[in-house]
Amino acid sequence: MNDAQDQNWPQIRTAGYDGFLVSFADRLSEQANRAALAFRDAVEHAGWEAVRESSTSLVSTYLRFDPLRRSHAEMRADLEALAHAQNWFAADLPTGRRLWHVPTVFGGDHGPQMAEAASAAGLTEAEAIEELSRTQVRVQTIGFAPGMPYLGALSEAWDIPRLTKLTAEVPAAGLCVAIRQLVLFPVATPTGWRHIGQTRFRLFRPGDETPFVLRPGDEVLFYAVTPEELARYDDDPDGGATSEVIA
Amino acid sequence: MSRALIVHRAGPGVTVQDIGRPGYLAFGLSRGGAADRLALWEGAALLNQPETCAALELAGMGGTFEAREDMRIALTGAPMRATLDGSPLVWNASHTLPAGSKLEVGAAERGSYGYLHLGGGIATPEQLGSRAAHLAARIGAALAEGTQLPVGADTRTDTGLTLDPLPRFDGGTVRLVPSLQTDVFAQAEITRFEATTFRRDTRGNRMGVRLLPDGEGFGTDAGLNILSEVIVPGDVQVTGDGTPFVLLSECQTTGGYPRIGSVLPADLPRVAQARPGAELCFQFVTLDEAVEIERREVERRRALRKATRPLIRDPHDMSDLLSYRLVDGVIAGDEDN
Repeated sequence: MNDAQDQNWPQIRTAGYDGFLVSFADRLSEQANRAALAFRDAVEHAGWEAVRESSTSLVSTYLRFDPLRRSHAEMRADLEALAHAQNWFAADLPTGRRLWHVPTVFGGDHGPQMAEAASAAGLTEAEAIEELSRTQVRVQTIGFAPGMPYLGALSEAWDIPRLTKLTAEVPAAGLCVAIRQLVLFPVATPTGWRHIGQTRFRLFRPGDETPFVLRPGDEVLFYAVTPEELARYDDDPDGGATSEVIA
Repeated sequence: MSRALIVHRAGPGVTVQDIGRPGYLAFGLSRGGAADRLALWEGAALLNQPETCAALELAGMGGTFEAREDMRIALTGAPMRATLDGSPLVWNASHTLPAGSKLEVGAAERGSYGYLHLGGGIATPEQLGSRAAHLAARIGAALAEGTQLPVGADTRTDTGLTLDPLPRFDGGTVRLVPSLQTDVFAQAEITRFEATTFRRDTRGNRMGVRLLPDGEGFGTDAGLNILSEVIVPGDVQVTGDGTPFVLLSECQTTGGYPRIGSVLPADLPRVAQARPGAELCFQFVTLDEAVEIERREVERRRALRKATRPLIRDPHDMSDLLSYRLVDGVIAGDEDN
């Protein structure tokens, strides 16, 4: 398939004093993303005593361990053995994945940078909204802020750079775009991603039984609604979103 | 709720903190917890209780507090001027806070974060396994005036202990290890980084602190093409304008700016405590050296309880007496009760 599968991958590097990062590529690909998720699952199931926690980023698995219980050399050897135990690029996506339908207002006051983003993608605003509204995107990773998904991949047209000048504040549940990805912010935040739409979907609910709503591998469809319809969901933590299990 | 601490007045950054909530990195939530974790161990040693007890973190400024029942307290971290009903209290020591008395804690005299520990620990409800406010994640919040904080049961009554804190309130040299992106920086840039004196910028909070170099910023050709990767507290992120940020306990969990290295956990309190304008330098150590440094730090923290001593004014303790500022009356003489 691609160069990500050659013998140079995965690469194992230390991350800080007490971490290792196992990377499956140096750029985003679906195979590398699946490999990272599956490898983390294997690390969790390995039950290694010195491991304190693990996570995934777009194409890597991270683990934090106690170097006073297991040396860096021993931990690296454990990871190398696991890395060679199977072809991680061929791993399946996680099970129990859901498809979320999320009502979204695109453009206007709810997405002030929609026109600019559409233009960067070589589309009219109407074309851009129509395309985004029917594109099912996958949660590639959760990170940066609590419960915050990176979703993709959008079509090639959306390979638009982040802005070098930060937007001072995108509101919570704001939908933003760059580099063929969408992000949805759990809390109001400054960002270089273009703000194209608004939802009412609360991604992080610290007091709830399920504090983090989305999981890596979940799929999301941001479908266009009117501002009046979105306003109906102001008091609904799901913001009108519905979900079904797909795998 | 009879066993409670009343917050009559609080600086803008007074929060409940503990050792944080590990285990949620995969969901984008950083560990959080006390900016200066060492202070939690010092407070635990002074009160003879577990370091997992939640305490009040006082960012730059304290407040006015009153206990509804007699309580033991300890004061650690950035030294602040503290008085009990007007009588000065020694910092880095444990005391009795009698019911109804007023504890006043002023501004930090050195460093950034002071801590007020309570016998039995603060007993607010846990969220996701911790009582710590995580301001960036909107878990908890800075305390408002009039708050009454529940305090856990305390089986002990002993106070009047002091210890010598690890010096960390005036900047200095911090050690770091190479990390996953160190090699995207040219060796000459790394050498220059180690030779540079930085000043802690006014921009800084529990997420991280910005450092201003005494010369040019730091650059890498790969800078803008790096895929977002995991971030851990201690990482030194070099932003687009070449200015380093050292990330602290409430940092984001992933980021796209390259990291030149990662500060050792043992030295992170020194970064967190540096106040605006304080000078900081960096020194790379190998992973093997880092393991030895951390091993010694773990042993030192375990031995802190044995390193406490009574607050006595013995003539042979003359150098300590000076650090107690006996001359300007900070020792009131009644701390032992």
